Amino acid sequence: MASEADKPEAEGAEGGGAEVTKKFLYVNRKAPYGTIYALESLEVVLIGAAFEQDVSLAFLDDGVYQLTKNQDTKGIGVKNFSPTYKALGDYEVTKLYVEKESLAERGLTEADLMEITYEDEDDDWAEKPSIRVVSREEMAEIMAEQDVILSF
Amino acid sequence: MGAYVLNGVEIPHDEEGYITDLGNWSKELAVLIAKDENIEMTDEHWEVVNFLREYYEEYQIAPAIRVLVKAIKKSLGKEKGNNKYLYELFPYGPAKQACKIAGLPKPTGCV
Repeated sequence: MASEADKPEAEGAEGGGAEVTKKFLYVNRKAPYGTIYALESLEVVLIGAAFEQDVSLAFLDDGVYQLTKNQDTKGIGVKNFSPTYKALGDYEVTKLYVEKESLAERGLTEADLMEITYEDEDDDWAEKPSIRVVSREEMAEIMAEQDVILSF
Repeated sequence: MGAYVLNGVEIPHDEEGYITDLGNWSKELAVLIAKDENIEMTDEHWEVVNFLREYYEEYQIAPAIRVLVKAIKKSLGKEKGNNKYLYELFPYGPAKQACKIAGLPKPTGCV
């Protein structure tokens, strides 16, 4: 996978401290309810956030439904945990990649997704969107850059 | 497993003392749980407990301690948004103890 030139160095770039930051990607492919995968993934992300790694989340296939707005779980008797995605910014998880093709195949657009933001510490706490819609090709590149990929 | 008894009514809690049905919470119950934790509720304690309940209401999770500290710093100022202040109020862990008093589940990601 020969990409341009600017592949960031995962290690050493920060000036040789003992701590190594790895790039972690959590891949979410399943609908939010019906299985436990989506909720478990989110909990692992929240717990793992304590280790201060470079964390990103990817949403593809039915996983894009996890981020849709106006989820209502009353009819199925389980907790609607979708508001928790909005807390990810507090945990310094600020990169939520959503695959454009997966949205389109399901008749969805970015407008169907929740508004999820984070406050950028390096930019006077400006509110910025966490969701980044990317093409399948870009998603493949994002995956290729990771040190660790966890699939749910 | 056990239960708090408030005005003759049993309110079940798990083995660590977190109430199992969040709907059972009341301010009176909070005072009772706090007493169990050797905490006398003051305005400062309530401020943190109320903050946690609002956070849960909005995000459906009890925040981890460092997230709590940061969020309190932002809304109540840095005199309160620091570990020392919060540990003085809740000596056995602000997130754990305050969440228990607030009637919330144990915080996700709290060690």
